[in-house]
Amino acid sequence: MNVLRDYIKSLFLLELVRGLALTGRYMFKKKFTVQYPEEKAPISPRFRGLHAQRRYASGEERCIACKLCEATCPALAITIEAEPREDGSRRTTRYDIDLFKCIFCGYCQESCPVDAIVETRLYEYHFENREDAIMTKEKLLAMGDRYEQQLAADIAAQARYR
Amino acid sequence: MSDDQMVTIEVDGRELKAKAGTLLIEVTDAAGISVPRFCYHKKLSVAANCRMCLVEIAKVPKPMPACATPVNQGMQVFTRSPAALAAQKGTMEFLLINHPLDCPICDQGGECELQDIALGYGNDASRFVEGKRVVPKRDIGPLIATDFTRCIHCTRCVRFGAEIAGIRELGATGRGEHVEIGTYIEKSVDSEMSGNIIDICPVGSLTSKPFLYSARAWELVQRKSIAPHDSVGSNINLHVRRNQVMRVHPRDNEEVNECWISDRDRFSYEGLSSVDRLTHPLIRKGDKWIEADWQDALDAAAQGLKKARGTSGNRLGALVSPGSTLEELYLAQKLMRGLGSENIDFRIRQGDFRGEEPAFPWLGQTIAQLDELNAALLVGSNIRKEQPILAHRLRKAALEGADISFITPLELDTNYRATQVVNSPAGMISDLAAVARALGGSGGLIDGAEIGDAHRAIAEQLKSAAKATVLLGNLAVAHPDYSLIQGLASVIAGKSGAVLGYLPEAANSVGARLSGAMPGTGGSNAQEMLSNPHKGYLLMGVEPGLDFWNPAKSMETLGQAEFVVALSAFRSESLEQVADVILPIASFAETSGTYVNAQGEWQSFSGAVAPAGESRPAWKVLRVLGNLLDVAGFNQVSSEDVLAEVRQLAGDMKPENSAVNGIENEALLAGTGLTRIGDVPIYAADPLVRRAAALQKTRDAIKASARLNPNQAKIAGLADGDQAVVKQDKSSAVLQVVIDPAVPDGCVRVPAGLAGTETLGGQIGNVTLEKA
Repeated sequence: MNVLRDYIKSLFLLELVRGLALTGRYMFKKKFTVQYPEEKAPISPRFRGLHAQRRYASGEERCIACKLCEATCPALAITIEAEPREDGSRRTTRYDIDLFKCIFCGYCQESCPVDAIVETRLYEYHFENREDAIMTKEKLLAMGDRYEQQLAADIAAQARYR
Repeated sequence: MSDDQMVTIEVDGRELKAKAGTLLIEVTDAAGISVPRFCYHKKLSVAANCRMCLVEIAKVPKPMPACATPVNQGMQVFTRSPAALAAQKGTMEFLLINHPLDCPICDQGGECELQDIALGYGNDASRFVEGKRVVPKRDIGPLIATDFTRCIHCTRCVRFGAEIAGIRELGATGRGEHVEIGTYIEKSVDSEMSGNIIDICPVGSLTSKPFLYSARAWELVQRKSIAPHDSVGSNINLHVRRNQVMRVHPRDNEEVNECWISDRDRFSYEGLSSVDRLTHPLIRKGDKWIEADWQDALDAAAQGLKKARGTSGNRLGALVSPGSTLEELYLAQKLMRGLGSENIDFRIRQGDFRGEEPAFPWLGQTIAQLDELNAALLVGSNIRKEQPILAHRLRKAALEGADISFITPLELDTNYRATQVVNSPAGMISDLAAVARALGGSGGLIDGAEIGDAHRAIAEQLKSAAKATVLLGNLAVAHPDYSLIQGLASVIAGKSGAVLGYLPEAANSVGARLSGAMPGTGGSNAQEMLSNPHKGYLLMGVEPGLDFWNPAKSMETLGQAEFVVALSAFRSESLEQVADVILPIASFAETSGTYVNAQGEWQSFSGAVAPAGESRPAWKVLRVLGNLLDVAGFNQVSSEDVLAEVRQLAGDMKPENSAVNGIENEALLAGTGLTRIGDVPIYAADPLVRRAAALQKTRDAIKASARLNPNQAKIAGLADGDQAVVKQDKSSAVLQVVIDPAVPDGCVRVPAGLAGTETLGGQIGNVTLEKA
């Protein structure tokens, strides 16, 4: 019985017709294609792009050199050195992320107790020299200053899930 | 019920045997059953005030603290029953009420007892909504950082001060929630063992200031080592990160340092990365120092030594630091002997070489035996500052009722009841003679001695004690009549039945003798080498202006030498004045080696980090120097090879203090005029500790000064803060006058080993003082 059914199916090219019908339906549907780079796909607030370090509204850097990000980083991409600042507070003197090592897992952001290290929505960047792949503390803070509004909004949007 | 009766108890269903009366927590610890605790510490008294170790005991209505409950026959204990857990969790919740959630900025984070136990017994979220208690930070000195907001009032630090360090520097004030730990009045914590409160603090209230915020516990790799500053040979762990020693912790060894170390051993690591560290070999070109590579520097050193030696090895001399390792000392003496010289010595702070030396002087007993002494006489030793761990042992004996007495040129701040006979250095000799006479000794000085009540009492104590000892300290060794002191001490020990012991000054003073770093037949000792100029010198691990008994004379003598090669880990002004080639060597943390401690125990260690810059372990440098100078027997490929040779040389030499008798010698030090007492302060003992920044900020790190008692100052017409010219032999120094009631009449204390005293003479000797 099965043999007969398969024979009829292949004789009338039923599967081919069914497939072409699907293709045909999509020909008349609205198109999804994004014309990158003129157009860009929407990004989730959880997107994990290039890193940044945030500051408080007062301008004080958030990072307190607890080194949890360094400890949790599975790729060992983070290097931190710390010492007491002049006012006695605990601060980093060096905070480097090696972007060649980083796998953008976001654990650093997850582990940070003060929301200092975050990953921005930025995914378009390039280096011309190898050393540019090291995100230093200055670069990270500059990133943070530049995208603070977006970062604060993203963190607020995510707050209820954390 | 007798105390040593064994009882059987049941803990969590396991049957355990223990002595009746043992504390429950000791029994569970021994059996490996974990009971959470904060205030209990095996070396401190029981306080039972944290309540974390509450356990359920059958037939007892309330949970009981395991740390304060003695075991009884048939006791049934449940450490994990619902009732016990409820009690422990309840306690935890109370403890966390006021504990700040600042683990991310707390240095204890990652190695915190509260953090660990909170993970098991704490709640996820706090029910507490009221304000938390905040205690302002207090500055208690350059070594310890405080944050008493984090304090959980276990009082371990308070008990440590009272029971171990012997000074009640910290205390608890207030009641209930308002309890605060503090120094009562604004002052610093100055004990020479204070760093241990960092280790025993279960939270981050007390942390290390030099280490503050610099690394996390999980970044550090722990490597075993031996402390290099005193003859205890405290077992330590070096905590290393990225090839740098970040901090030092004690390693438990009941026979040596128990679980404590002195601040000197704990904080001296800072010197390892000081700006003075030599990272390149240096060759002198005229007045300039040129950085050279090893090939050129070693060639220059070998050529220089060869030229200075000429046809006779006797023209060369070697002065080596007793803080060097056994391997280094052995190779240095082998090199000298290979060049035909018997002139090598490590006794660079000894004031008198007339006496016959025992072959293998040591403590005379094991370190642990000091605990059990019934009487002790210490001669010329400020043991608390010289060997803090031995002082702690002695204090334990004193608290058990031992009679400790001192014959000392400086009044000491002892932290237990002790008899002190304070007299000028010359007077010390007559005091010793008087004690010897009171014991029935005779001959030489003893016959003329006047016996006082104090002498008679000391004699009586030594004689009647079951276990007694006579110990010679650093100032005895530095005494110009050391041979007399040695002789008198052996008479006292012999007549009273006490054990004669030495408190060796440096980490390897005992080992240096085993390695043969002593002048052989016809060789010059340190004093001769430093007063009769030789053509060539080899210096190892010393700063000539600070480490020699008579720096002025030493500098003059070394300055007349044709060629001086120095092996040193640090740049040093006085070294650069006399040396021609300086070869950078590794510090104790960077080389493998062996120290022999006061009880004659060989303790080997390996390097924890790579040597700084281009520096190399000294045994390797000496080995290559041996090759370049064509001396036979320099083919070792590891420090173990060298050690095997030392073992062969030492053979079955047993520690031995007998020999000596110098009581017929003439006393060189006149009792008239003003006598200098040149003790070496605790934090000036060796080149490494002199460069430890935090230790140099403590109260014990005194500046070069002339210290007089008020009476003597009046006679000299000087007041506190004046500048005075101290003249000794042909040299002089301008120093600040400090009024110090601890100095006896007829004496001025001018500490040695400090910058500003390089121009002075022997550590103990006659001086004159006048206003600048």
